[in-house]
Amino acid sequence: MNERNEQGHVEVRDLRLRFGSRRRQVLAVDGVSLDVRPGEFVSLIGPSGCGKSTLLNVVAGLVEATEGSVSLDGIPIDGPGPERGVVFQQYSLFPWMSVRRNVEFGLKMQGHGASTREAAARTLLGLAGLLAFENHYPEQLSGGMKQRVGIVRALAASPKVLLMDEPFGALDSQTRRVMQQILTNMWQRFRLSVLFVTHDIEEAAFLSDRVYVMTARPGRIKAVVDVQLPRPRSSADMMSEGFLDLVRTLRAHIQDESLAAMHGELADHGLEGFGVDVGPSGVKDLV
Amino acid sequence: MNEAAISMNPGARRRVGARAGSTRRKAVRRAVRGRFGFVFQILTGGAAIALGILLWQYVASHGTHLYLDFENVPTPRDVGSALLGALQTPDFYADVGISVLRIAGSFGIAAILGVAIGVAIGRFRWFRWAFMPYIEIVRPIPAITWIPLAILIWPTTEESILFITFLGAFFPIVLNTIQGVEATPSALINAARTLGAKEWNVLFSVVLPSALPSITSGAAIGMGVSWFSLVAGEMIGGRAGIGYYTWNAYQLIQYSNIVVGMITIGLLSTLSTRLIYLMRYPLLRWQRA
Repeated sequence: MNERNEQGHVEVRDLRLRFGSRRRQVLAVDGVSLDVRPGEFVSLIGPSGCGKSTLLNVVAGLVEATEGSVSLDGIPIDGPGPERGVVFQQYSLFPWMSVRRNVEFGLKMQGHGASTREAAARTLLGLAGLLAFENHYPEQLSGGMKQRVGIVRALAASPKVLLMDEPFGALDSQTRRVMQQILTNMWQRFRLSVLFVTHDIEEAAFLSDRVYVMTARPGRIKAVVDVQLPRPRSSADMMSEGFLDLVRTLRAHIQDESLAAMHGELADHGLEGFGVDVGPSGVKDLV
Repeated sequence: MNEAAISMNPGARRRVGARAGSTRRKAVRRAVRGRFGFVFQILTGGAAIALGILLWQYVASHGTHLYLDFENVPTPRDVGSALLGALQTPDFYADVGISVLRIAGSFGIAAILGVAIGVAIGRFRWFRWAFMPYIEIVRPIPAITWIPLAILIWPTTEESILFITFLGAFFPIVLNTIQGVEATPSALINAARTLGAKEWNVLFSVVLPSALPSITSGAAIGMGVSWFSLVAGEMIGGRAGIGYYTWNAYQLIQYSNIVVGMITIGLLSTLSTRLIYLMRYPLLRWQRA
């Protein structure tokens, strides 16, 4: 697993993304450059609609860049490939395949035989604590388990970089914390590069070596924050002064952008607006 | 819930003294809704069928003529003995066998072509642009309206019957396949591609399994329509088959055999549709997980 340490360098240079027809073009991402160095855990945070998921999809090869370059270990990215594993926001497990068959899928596409696939899938499922569920169908699993299978499935194809698009966004906050711990443990073990998209500031701070903060649309890099917190990390560290400072810094960066993104809905003094005294009978007076 | 239902029943209210009657009614209600509810369902259904057969026996044996004319309608008893007779005639089995073979052949071709064309239309733009207009134009024309032209085009009547039967099954299968293919979640296709699947793998490992529930529903509908078309074709142009048997019975004034033919066709159509559901059962195990 050590040779992976030298691989998995994602380089995004001056990336620009436009959508729509010639008449009505939308500039979604404007001149973004970022790096995920080998073995690094990098998060991308920003207000909704800032183009962070789209950027991840460009690295995945599912969306084509309008301008700029994206490469992995110096090789330009042209379409999806198994060296870049993706964990999607929605559960994207194949519902007609058992958990184990889902995990084996990438290996099957690479032409591995049934016994190799089974052995690899069972090892990984064991690490994720899912071996007892290898013959279950995705429908029978909880949200957290589905997403664990999703991660294991991406890992099984031995990618050089793992791309994660708000993978825990649909989970309740308790499950979320547990999943973050599991992910950080697994990353500690595999040491592969990770590009992680989220809008959860604590999540980004807890998991990452470096956090890129994006602006509201069109998405640009507003700030790059290095995370110096010691590893291995556990949820107890989320109470430490260093962690809270980091979260404060990130929050300050992102707050303006979230307001900018919601500009249409919340005019200039939008936040203060909620301070209006609505009287003793509450909201009823307003209606 | 039962309590409330009883107290809201004015009849029960009025007869306050008749407590025994009320509890008995309650017990009946509980029995109907409870674990043995299916017994009551079967009893009710059986009684309804029995009543229908009695009515049929009555109008047929009395030759009732009230706008509808039942004078030449065979009684259930006649039909029963005709059925027993048919079951002892080799010709009857030959007719059934020929119809089943025609369905097997025509439906088989329709299933293979329908799925192939449906997947191509659902997955590849050029295919859709070229073929969809044909589908839209030809689909609304009922299969049996093709009978005269089919007889003119195909060298033998046999082939024109097979063609009509094929048409009946083809369109439901194509349309359901297209719909199933187009409904394949793009998240699943993207997931497969990022795991190294090529277009061919995406088609066979993702699109087809995802469309399978829809495809098999189309096949079940297609099976019904192909029996419909087959019988029409056999009645008009056939020299054998269960549709021919039924029409021939009319012409030979063997009216009981008409109903024997009808019952047989209904049974065959039901059984073959059941067969499709049975075949898809192991394939769609994941849906019942």
